[in-house]
Amino acid sequence: MMTYDNQRFEEPQFYSSREEMDSLLLHDDFSKSKPSSSTGGDDDHRRRSISTTAPFAEIPTSESGDPLVHLSSFHQNPKSFNSFVDPPSYADAVIRSFESVQSAQISDNDAVSTSEPSVSHYFIRISVTEPRKKHDLANSVVSGGKNYLTYLVTTWTNLPEFNGTEFSVRRRFKEVVMLSDRLSESYRGFFIPTRPDKGVVESQVMQKHEFIEQRMMAMEKYLRKLAAHPVIRNSEDLRMFLQVQGNLPLMRTSNVAAAVDLREVVHQGKGGRDLVRMFKELRQSVTYGWGGTKPPLVEEDKDFLEKKMKLQDFELKLSNVSLQAESLVKAQQDVGETMGQLGLVFVKLNKLETEEAVFISQKTRARDMKNMATSSVKASRLYRELNAQTIKHLDKLHDYLGVMLDVNNAYSYRSKALLTVQTVVSEISILTSRIEKLEAAAFKIFGAERTGIQKIDELKETMRVTEDAKDRAVKEYKRIKETNKTEFERLDKEKREDFFKMLKGFVVNQAGYAEKMASVWETCAKETSGYAQSCS
Amino acid sequence: MFKLRSSKKHFRRESTPPNQASFAHLYISDKSNRPDPREISSVYRSSSALKQRFFTLHTFIKFRPNLYTRHPIPAKIMITTQRSPTGGGGLQSPRSPSSQPPFLSVSVTDPAKMGNGVQAYISYKVITKTNLPEYQGSEKIVIRRYTDFVWLRDRLFEKYKGIFIPPLPEKSTVEKFRFSAEFIEMRRQALDTFVNRIALHHELQQSEDLRTFLEADEQTMERARSQDTGILKKKPYDLMQIFRGVQSKVTDVVLGKEKPVEESNPEYEKFKKYIFELEDHLAEAQKHAYRLVKRHRELGQSLADFGKAIKLLGACEGDALGTAFSELGAKSEMLSIKLQREAHHLLMNFEEPLKDYVRAVQSIKGTIAERANAFRQQCELAETIKLKEIDLNKMRLIRSEKLFDAEHEYEELKANGQEATRRFETIVRLMNDEIVHFQEQKTQDMGRAFHEFAKGQARLANAIADAWRSLLPKLDSLSVS
Repeated sequence: MMTYDNQRFEEPQFYSSREEMDSLLLHDDFSKSKPSSSTGGDDDHRRRSISTTAPFAEIPTSESGDPLVHLSSFHQNPKSFNSFVDPPSYADAVIRSFESVQSAQISDNDAVSTSEPSVSHYFIRISVTEPRKKHDLANSVVSGGKNYLTYLVTTWTNLPEFNGTEFSVRRRFKEVVMLSDRLSESYRGFFIPTRPDKGVVESQVMQKHEFIEQRMMAMEKYLRKLAAHPVIRNSEDLRMFLQVQGNLPLMRTSNVAAAVDLREVVHQGKGGRDLVRMFKELRQSVTYGWGGTKPPLVEEDKDFLEKKMKLQDFELKLSNVSLQAESLVKAQQDVGETMGQLGLVFVKLNKLETEEAVFISQKTRARDMKNMATSSVKASRLYRELNAQTIKHLDKLHDYLGVMLDVNNAYSYRSKALLTVQTVVSEISILTSRIEKLEAAAFKIFGAERTGIQKIDELKETMRVTEDAKDRAVKEYKRIKETNKTEFERLDKEKREDFFKMLKGFVVNQAGYAEKMASVWETCAKETSGYAQSCS
Repeated sequence: MFKLRSSKKHFRRESTPPNQASFAHLYISDKSNRPDPREISSVYRSSSALKQRFFTLHTFIKFRPNLYTRHPIPAKIMITTQRSPTGGGGLQSPRSPSSQPPFLSVSVTDPAKMGNGVQAYISYKVITKTNLPEYQGSEKIVIRRYTDFVWLRDRLFEKYKGIFIPPLPEKSTVEKFRFSAEFIEMRRQALDTFVNRIALHHELQQSEDLRTFLEADEQTMERARSQDTGILKKKPYDLMQIFRGVQSKVTDVVLGKEKPVEESNPEYEKFKKYIFELEDHLAEAQKHAYRLVKRHRELGQSLADFGKAIKLLGACEGDALGTAFSELGAKSEMLSIKLQREAHHLLMNFEEPLKDYVRAVQSIKGTIAERANAFRQQCELAETIKLKEIDLNKMRLIRSEKLFDAEHEYEELKANGQEATRRFETIVRLMNDEIVHFQEQKTQDMGRAFHEFAKGQARLANAIADAWRSLLPKLDSLSVS
């Protein structure tokens, strides 16, 4: 009955804007307590502003309806059980001050400002809402048409690159995929956020509300991550995605690393060689393994190797922490649930004793049970809210597991670049040796001069091209190295900031709710203090 | 049919008579009003004042002899048990010596495992300290095991019908083999409570069986134990099985029994219904309480695991962030210990009292069954007597030779009938007092349990808040370093 379906570590979308965030603090507990649930029926709960200051409503036991029913409906209707948050306590003060301090810096991914505690306060905020079914008419003649969903992507920003402060476009998931592919190409070397899964989507699955909600939230999270990245944020592709109405064009746009397409680099002008080159790269990577040809360029960057190992270790430990965090949250949830159930039983007992009271002692007991019941239910609610908050904070752990994934992608690009360089370099050395051989041979045989020289010239031509290719490959590899380096630095800084914030948030949250619970139980203890044993 | 006059007036109404307060004092097990020892001895001396109280009480109850007023001088009992579940009690002694107030104190201690394998069992030391003349000496220590306690309970149940015999901890078939320290401690405490309640009860404390239990050597005890497995075939819970059918008359028809004769006492009916409902709710409450204990333990475990994992993360991270992680992990582990402690406290001081409550209600159901039995017997005998009377008159008319025998039988039957009625009425009378006492006692017990629960939770919450709060300044300083 009091089920708590917050199994997903999703980011709740509660704040409509940064300015409102502060004013919503008092209602924080309630809006936050509604986890981003999968059922659409809860949508309105999320947006509801709860501003009542009514004192804690007595659980009525006199009504004909079962108090259970009343209390189970309160689960969807927290309005009636509000007030014990209101008297500002240290807990509230701490939470509030914490939030206001943090809102100046990067807050819970809601409003993203420039990372330095700057004066300018550029921000960009993206939200994804309003799924709508659309019919693809293009293929309607052939395949009967496919249904797809579009989502409303709304952006608020004051960055100068965008023309305007608020705008919306309709996008479908396919376009997100396209955007992601383009960014992957253009921003190689960066720790690019990974896009949400495509998954195999049948029209049946698409109908399900749960699925739609999930996808929407995943998209929003992804776009926000993109906007949070200091370099990718300025991408033209992203801007177009967010701003340009209508379907996105398929053409490539120029960007930071556009000029350097690894494949173009190596196969410039020699289309027919593609296959051959790929073969060579394959052989190269194999000989690597067997230690055949000594690679001229090693991943000598000790710094990089060190960082890589450290991050791998970090990833391992982090995934362990995230696992334990999940079980912690579950345990917290269980305590709250059982506490609530206990409270409900005591409500029943209270009802029984009140109705069947023959003795004064029964009435007293009934009253005691009621106190117990209300305290238990209060505590149970507090646990639930505590949990919602805890999830929000510990979600950071999950985020960083995702970041580790992005980092691994960047590693693979780096390796590829390195491999290319090494392939080209080895090719050059082979060519050089062949040319030398031919030249040496040419001196000996006069008759074959013509063909020999032709061959030599051809080879020399190839050599030049390959040298060019090598230059480009090396340049690309160097660029990726540089990018990796800056990204590592960025990652370190952000990791530090984010985790400190997470720790502080977690601790403040725990302390605040513990305080609230202590006060609830202290009141209850006082009310029953008459029974205190004078001995023991 | 047999409308009983006794029960109706006995239940106290909400409009408390002016004697309510003084009456409460008579429930000397009422902890909140535990009288000062000095006060008691003065009461002891000024027996006239008490007699006064009793007289007014008497009038209130409309001349119903009260269990607790039979002996005029209640005295305080000294309890030297490890955990005193009830407060001062009353002990009557007809030959009350004025030199020293009579006392009887019992404690169940020192559980020890005996035997091996399947036959292993736990033995307990039962220490009795008394100055009562009925007892052999001033101090006696005997060794008893669980089945001995069961024997005592069964004997008391047979002999003292109408009285709510204190409940025993459950017979456990599986857990017993595991013999965890916690299980043993819980059982010991429950047994200690059991014996003490008997020792404090004005009627039960005078039982010979109690004396046997407290004093007899092991062989005597064993003999007594094995003797009774034959006699006391009908266990109280068997009676309850039958009694359950009473609630649904259909069951009885199905069982081939005629519709059983039931008291037509609306208040008693109400009470019975109340007891059954109470048992259901209490069992549920106890279930949730036990689950809550488990949840506390699980949360403690998760916190410990989480702390450990985050400490590892901190170790690999290093620098200020690493330190922050480590500190958080350490705090987590510390709080996990507090949670385990609270779980234990919750078990002993909240869940066990609830369980005790459930058991007490179950015991009451046994007594209810006994009452129904006695009533039935009385009715049956009355029927038989009526029939016999008709027979007798017939015989008188025809001047049969068997008249003399028949008259003799008739007289016997009448005597039996009176006996049955007396027995039934005793049960009713006893029960009425027991019910009052029961309700009072349970309000106290529950109040205490709630208080301990709230206190424990507040203590835990404060510890958690303090621990986390103390971490904050450290976090702040680390985050800027």
